[in-house]
Amino acid sequence: MKKIRYSEITPEKIYINRRSFIKSIGIGAGSIAVTSLPFTNSALSKEDDKHTSFKDITTYNNYYEFGTSKSDPYIKSQNFKTNPWNISIEGEVDNPIKISMEEISETLVSEERVLRLRCVEGWSMVIPWMGFSLSKLLSKVTLTSKAKFVKFESVYDPDQMKGQRYPVLNWPYKEGLRIDEAMHPLTTVVTGLYNKKLPNQNGAPLRIFVPWKYGFKSAKAIVKIELVEKMPTSSWMWASPREYGFYSNVNPNVNHPRWSQATERVIGNNIFAPRVKTLMFNGYGEEVANLYAGMDLKKFF
Amino acid sequence: MKKYLKPCVFILSLIPFLIIFYKILFNQLGPEPVKEITHHTGEWTLIFICLTLAMSPLKRLTNFFIWISFRRMLGLFIFFYATLHMLTYVIIDYRLDFESISKDILTKKFIFVGFAAWLLLVPLALTSSKKAMIFLKDKWKKLHRLIYIIAILGVLHFIWLVKKDLTEPLIYAVIVIALMLFRFKFKKI
Repeated sequence: MKKIRYSEITPEKIYINRRSFIKSIGIGAGSIAVTSLPFTNSALSKEDDKHTSFKDITTYNNYYEFGTSKSDPYIKSQNFKTNPWNISIEGEVDNPIKISMEEISETLVSEERVLRLRCVEGWSMVIPWMGFSLSKLLSKVTLTSKAKFVKFESVYDPDQMKGQRYPVLNWPYKEGLRIDEAMHPLTTVVTGLYNKKLPNQNGAPLRIFVPWKYGFKSAKAIVKIELVEKMPTSSWMWASPREYGFYSNVNPNVNHPRWSQATERVIGNNIFAPRVKTLMFNGYGEEVANLYAGMDLKKFF
Repeated sequence: MKKYLKPCVFILSLIPFLIIFYKILFNQLGPEPVKEITHHTGEWTLIFICLTLAMSPLKRLTNFFIWISFRRMLGLFIFFYATLHMLTYVIIDYRLDFESISKDILTKKFIFVGFAAWLLLVPLALTSSKKAMIFLKDKWKKLHRLIYIIAILGVLHFIWLVKKDLTEPLIYAVIVIALMLFRFKFKKI
């Protein structure tokens, strides 16, 4: 297992001040910022990368717990109760904990992180999330040497989530990351977007966001984070292992039986706008490519 | 009264086209406009396949011959919506990028069967006139039985494209199978 030194994690102060920092030195200095600040990614600093509108981000969602149509999550999640909410961190840790949402928001500061979302269905958004690195949350426990993977489990509540009454996926929704992926500063625990509390349809009260992987890797409404030794099977792997691999890194060179992964449609563009080329690791290659050095990403898709 | 029926069916059949035209004009297509046009035209192609296949069973059930007089027009509307569907994909979505399109046809089975179904529709549309009917004689009937294969390919196209929830494509599958079984049954009796 690769240990992440504390010095590798971008200090909080830089996150908080980075916008004013970039503003103060102007657009031309954007490229200087790229190497030191992961969130002003090269893919983001392009002028045409407009933030997707709040309306599109919050009304066009894949959240099968509330239904399989894109409009279901917005329509059917408005009465979903997210208070009280506890998250247990357990498994290969010396001190398993159960932590409340209040404690999380009191002890961990959320900053704005503008990150690109690429859905496996071939569309993309640019979302101003509010959140912090998952590594900060995981620093509340001490990992054992067997903690090689992180398994996320979303809430199971068919009374409130009508989609869970049907076996569309093997509920509760499960996802996972390798420990070094989970510890990467870009792996974000999301608590809000557009400077507001996270809307229910986007995974309130707390979700994961992994910007260099297809959207389904970013589990919503998380109740359990389990450190495990063996690679967990995610809900989508379980549904169709041929189509959805464990890694599911955004990769224009790995074909999918249904959707083109070479190009994508940017949400919010009109019908005359062309498709745009999909970038390796969704444009975050500079930050994350080293995690996969020597791996055949066509095999480990 | 009877002579107004066909124009009425024609105008009704144009409504789905007018809806999408209105949505394009007034920017009502939602966050993924190209997908919206593609889905709308694709869905109506399948609906017109079902409608066309329903005419002969309706004739037998009701003993009204009027149903058969709608069949050719409804069949041509299959071709109309299927062509809009295909052109949306080729022109609006992929902007005539034939390299990507041919790669899609060869690597994605739902696009392969969809494209095959559209190709099979072409000879049917070309031979839809009375003249062609007379010219081809009994070959015409055989040729136009292709619609059964087209219907199956159309439903497969939908089944293979869906990510997880198969409810909608299976509804079409059930309707198409029922309409075909109906013919089979009548032949036996």
